[in-house]
Amino acid sequence: MDGTNAPPLLALAEVRKSYNLGQPNEAEVLHGVDLRIAAGEFAALIGPSGSGKSTLLNIVGLLERMTSGRYEIAGRPVQDHDDDGLTELRRSTFGFVFQFHHLLPAFSALENVTLPALARDGRIGRRVAQRGRALLDAVGLAEAMDKRPSQLSGGMQQRVAIARALVLEPALVLADEPTGNLDTASADDVFALLRSIHADAGTSFLVVTHDPRMAARCDRIVELVDGRIARDGPMTAA
Amino acid sequence: MRRPLGFEVLVALRFLREGRFQSVLIIVGVAAGVAVVAYISALVDGLQRNTLTKTLGAQAHISVRPREERVIAPPAPAPGTLVLRDVQPRAQRLRSIDNWPAVADVLARTPGVAAVSPMAAGAALAQRAEATRSVAVTGVEVERYDRIVQLREKLVAGPLRLQPGEAILGATLADDLGVRLGDRLTLTTGPRSSTLRVAALVDMGVRDLNRRTVIVPLREAQSLLDIAGGATQIDLRLDDVWSAQALAGRLGHQLPHDVESWQQSNAQLVSALNAQNVSTGLIRIVVLVVVILGIASVLVVSVVQKQREIGILRAMGATRAQVLRVFLVQGALVGAVGAVAGVLLAAAMVALFTHFVRGADGQPLFAITLPPALALQVAAIALVAGVLAAVMPARRAARMDPAQAIRI
Repeated sequence: MDGTNAPPLLALAEVRKSYNLGQPNEAEVLHGVDLRIAAGEFAALIGPSGSGKSTLLNIVGLLERMTSGRYEIAGRPVQDHDDDGLTELRRSTFGFVFQFHHLLPAFSALENVTLPALARDGRIGRRVAQRGRALLDAVGLAEAMDKRPSQLSGGMQQRVAIARALVLEPALVLADEPTGNLDTASADDVFALLRSIHADAGTSFLVVTHDPRMAARCDRIVELVDGRIARDGPMTAA
Repeated sequence: MRRPLGFEVLVALRFLREGRFQSVLIIVGVAAGVAVVAYISALVDGLQRNTLTKTLGAQAHISVRPREERVIAPPAPAPGTLVLRDVQPRAQRLRSIDNWPAVADVLARTPGVAAVSPMAAGAALAQRAEATRSVAVTGVEVERYDRIVQLREKLVAGPLRLQPGEAILGATLADDLGVRLGDRLTLTTGPRSSTLRVAALVDMGVRDLNRRTVIVPLREAQSLLDIAGGATQIDLRLDDVWSAQALAGRLGHQLPHDVESWQQSNAQLVSALNAQNVSTGLIRIVVLVVVILGIASVLVVSVVQKQREIGILRAMGATRAQVLRVFLVQGALVGAVGAVAGVLLAAAMVALFTHFVRGADGQPLFAITLPPALALQVAAIALVAGVLAAVMPARRAARMDPAQAIRI
């Protein structure tokens, strides 16, 4: 929490999410979640499988719509946006890192990194190209810019995905199990990279993880159990 | 906000390259479809043009003749009266069109009429020594008649000239009578006869015409046929051959004469041409449907295969419209590349046809070309078909829920 009067980066209140609405197999997976993330935070979202972590992350990242509740980004409600408006907001606010990197196999590492800018502008300007190269350099892949994902190791692919998440300078990076598919050494490297980006650029992070070692390296722990926030506090208090 | 299509084009190209085997297959399919449509269109067009040229080369687009004389039946008798009646059709006399110069003048000023030629035509007997042949005497002003049937192009011997006392003969008739240029023959019609010098020989392109045609000066025919100063027919040539039917209909209402278009006098030919057009149209439609289904099926598979990529693109900030356009561009690219390849293939097939398919005389059977307008038309249809084929898969891709797509 930043302790100022400025609105938090994002604020969710009484957020519920149900699937198969109105059908016999209707199921509510989030039961009134309240969550606030301030600018510059590095938070972990933990919880057992099926607790609703990925659903909450998707709702936060505007990849899914909540069934009910309130959600504000920088003090502005998101409910009123249409699909294009949500896409615009998602592009300008969030970067995504997925467990399986999800790079596009037909594009080089540099092209993957600059893809969000291409979607936004319709072309790759010189400044974006420079930033893409600088990001790949920063994640230690200066030599692999023209390589396809299939030519890179799992750890390298995840580094490319991190560079891609940062190319549009998002306020918050949403990382869903970013180290879940990596060996311990690679996982440590990737997590260290996230922390260094947080320290250097002040980018906020919300990291879903099952790994207690990784959770322990975050500043704040949000624990979700059965679709409800069971615990929310600084790491030292966990 | 309008932005350049760099994203859509790049992603579409990469998706096509990624599934290059599928892409090549469908491009070959589109090319084959375009080639078949373009080649068949060119072939049918060439065939029809050749048939029309041969048919209309020896006849007018429209002919105006005096109305047939009909016997008018007596008025109906009072009810209950028994009547025995036998009405016989009247034998048709050779008659002139009343005041034909004025009619010809009106026709010449009719929009769409390129040339007008009066004619006095009838049957006669041609004699040369022992040989006798039944012939069709055609009395014309040769320069005007040339504009109707392009007589100059049909000359096989002698100049296009018709002085008093001269005749132009069909080439086969000349052989039958054993005459050459400068020889004389006698034409007889009932009590009248005339001796004429052979000035030229023509090949009308139809054997029967070559065996019967004798073209003489108009005055000579008027004298032979005993219709002093008259014309039994006025021939018209039009700017647009296909407007003959409609113009003949209008003239038939305006003039007190029989007006016949070339379509009416060649009904079977017109039916055959129409049947060809319908067949070509059906082939086009079937090929178009096959092309659309082919492109659509490949893109549907592509959408299914690339669900996760689509989800990632959406998460990265691509809008639904951008995803839609990615697949429309793919359809357009497949259609465009297939169209270019298909037109080139059709051009090669046309060249092969022209080179290898020849008649007994070693000449090409008929001219077949692939006009740029036809190539462009077929290519444009393929391009539109590509985009249309992509609409359904593209909409499916654009509707995808990004979170669900990424989870797959």
